[in-house]
Amino acid sequence: MDWYPLYNSLRIALISSVIVFFTGIFAAYYIAKLNRVVKGILDVILTLPLVLPPTVVGYFLLLLLGTKRPFGIWFLEHFGVKLVMTWYSGIFAAAVVAFPLMYRTARGAFESFDETLAYSGQTLGLGNAYIFWNIRMPACRQGILAGAVLAFARALGEYGATSMLAGYTPGRTATISTTVYQLWRTDNGVLAFQWVMVNVAISAAVLLTVNLLEQKNREKVKRADEKGGGTKGCRCR
Amino acid sequence: MSLQVDVKKDLGGFCLSINFEAELEVMGILGASGCGKSMTLRCIAGVVKPDQGRIVLNGQTLFDSEKGINLPPQKRHVGLLFQNYALFPNMTVKKNLMMGLKAVEKDRKKAEAAVEEMIDRFYLTGLENHRPSQLSGGQQQRAALARILLTKPELLMLDEPFSALDGYLRWKLELELMDILREFGGPTLFVSHSRDEIYRLCDRACVMDKGTSTPVVPVKDMFEKPKTLSACLLSGCKNYSAAKPDRNRGEGTWIYACDWGVSLDCGCPILEDMSHIGVRSHYIHLLGEDEAGKVPNEMECRIHRIIEDVFNMVVMASPVRASKDSDNSQLRLEMTKAQWEDYAGQTGAKEGDMLRIWIAPRDILVLKN
Repeated sequence: MDWYPLYNSLRIALISSVIVFFTGIFAAYYIAKLNRVVKGILDVILTLPLVLPPTVVGYFLLLLLGTKRPFGIWFLEHFGVKLVMTWYSGIFAAAVVAFPLMYRTARGAFESFDETLAYSGQTLGLGNAYIFWNIRMPACRQGILAGAVLAFARALGEYGATSMLAGYTPGRTATISTTVYQLWRTDNGVLAFQWVMVNVAISAAVLLTVNLLEQKNREKVKRADEKGGGTKGCRCR
Repeated sequence: MSLQVDVKKDLGGFCLSINFEAELEVMGILGASGCGKSMTLRCIAGVVKPDQGRIVLNGQTLFDSEKGINLPPQKRHVGLLFQNYALFPNMTVKKNLMMGLKAVEKDRKKAEAAVEEMIDRFYLTGLENHRPSQLSGGQQQRAALARILLTKPELLMLDEPFSALDGYLRWKLELELMDILREFGGPTLFVSHSRDEIYRLCDRACVMDKGTSTPVVPVKDMFEKPKTLSACLLSGCKNYSAAKPDRNRGEGTWIYACDWGVSLDCGCPILEDMSHIGVRSHYIHLLGEDEAGKVPNEMECRIHRIIEDVFNMVVMASPVRASKDSDNSQLRLEMTKAQWEDYAGQTGAKEGDMLRIWIAPRDILVLKN
């Protein structure tokens, strides 16, 4: 069995979820501060990939990044880099599709944040960046972690946009999901089943890890409460 | 050492329009909830931007819309104690206090020493490694105050510091706060909806109603001689009536109370812009047997209800000629239990009976809107 699709899927999912993690958080933070009209418009645009069929997202991405499209031409001329039909094309596809999940959950978490904590940080002389990373983020950790996991899972399972943007080239752009489809199409049911099980195993492992982390954290907080604050570690890190 | 505030801000439902000066003193802002008190403090702290105006603290301009000055909260050296204390939930008490020094003291050793000293001074010893959620309300308040005082603020602002507490603890913390304020010594703004707290803790105070502040007056004057209806109600006066000068009687000292249907002598010339009068529950007297005809402002009322309070008797009664349309015609009388027992013993008064009362002219508060 050629393990390339597993390796490719994992790196696409990891890189795109790291990108989405930061862009989603900052979009959520800054858009929440805008006025209602602009916020409403941006909200629709940024959430659209969640409700559009992935093939439609792929179509739009091809319009932008294709080798005969402005952006694609520009990149090819200046960097000699092709943006479609390569392994990293999958990153663009996965990132765009997974972005709304991170953005929306992070925004929900930020909206329930008690703004007086940030205010009091400011009056104490703390810098805004410090407040963001050391007070706001720890307080919103639950929601942000949930968003990151959802985004990773979605990026791992991306099929539609990836198949349009990266296509299926064994050993070059193949991911687990595109491989499963190709194997099934070419009547290779046994191998398809094996890849399906690989995918199920990864997804289950991710969810299990998150649950374990949560449980461990809950126990730590409980222990700290019982001991009367005996643990010095910060529960939110 | 002084604070000058003159700002306006549109708050959607109403417009915040504040104008006051505070010296080296504890200045109170008394107002019902939602009148813009907290917003005022936030504007001064710089976490909310006013639409226009000026804020000057000790000669330094913090905000000036005309000159385009708006110092960030980090540079204002102003301490604000939030209603919920706003301790950082993910940090221990000690770490929370360290936050107060993070911007000013780079030397970690010195910072820790200062924090230790504060922990000792604010009776937080042994709680250093607790999280805010593990502290009682009083400990949280002490920690939050200690954190603020570590920043050495030039102005201290307290936003309803006791609203999250009740009963005995409230009183205990008030006593503690008196000591802390005395030690702090700088100008302090104290915001509350409780007239008692304002009266006990502040030197001067103003009243805020729907975003507008009244001139600052010494607290004694505010409670003894309120000028407006809202100030009168906030100062705890429960009896008020729409009123107009009564031109038919006396030398311009008589007033007709529309809701009560009586004319009363106020003992002083009536101002043209008056609109209401008020009388405190304790200042309405029962008419003794031998007093009839000898006291001013006699009135006949029907008793609606006699209520026994913890330490007092409360009698609700409406003047016989009170306007039938008014939902504000009942008077509230308060007296000691002994006084009421005396009176009821002599007259046998009970609910539904008539009651004769009188009011001294100096106890009638003439108010404008």
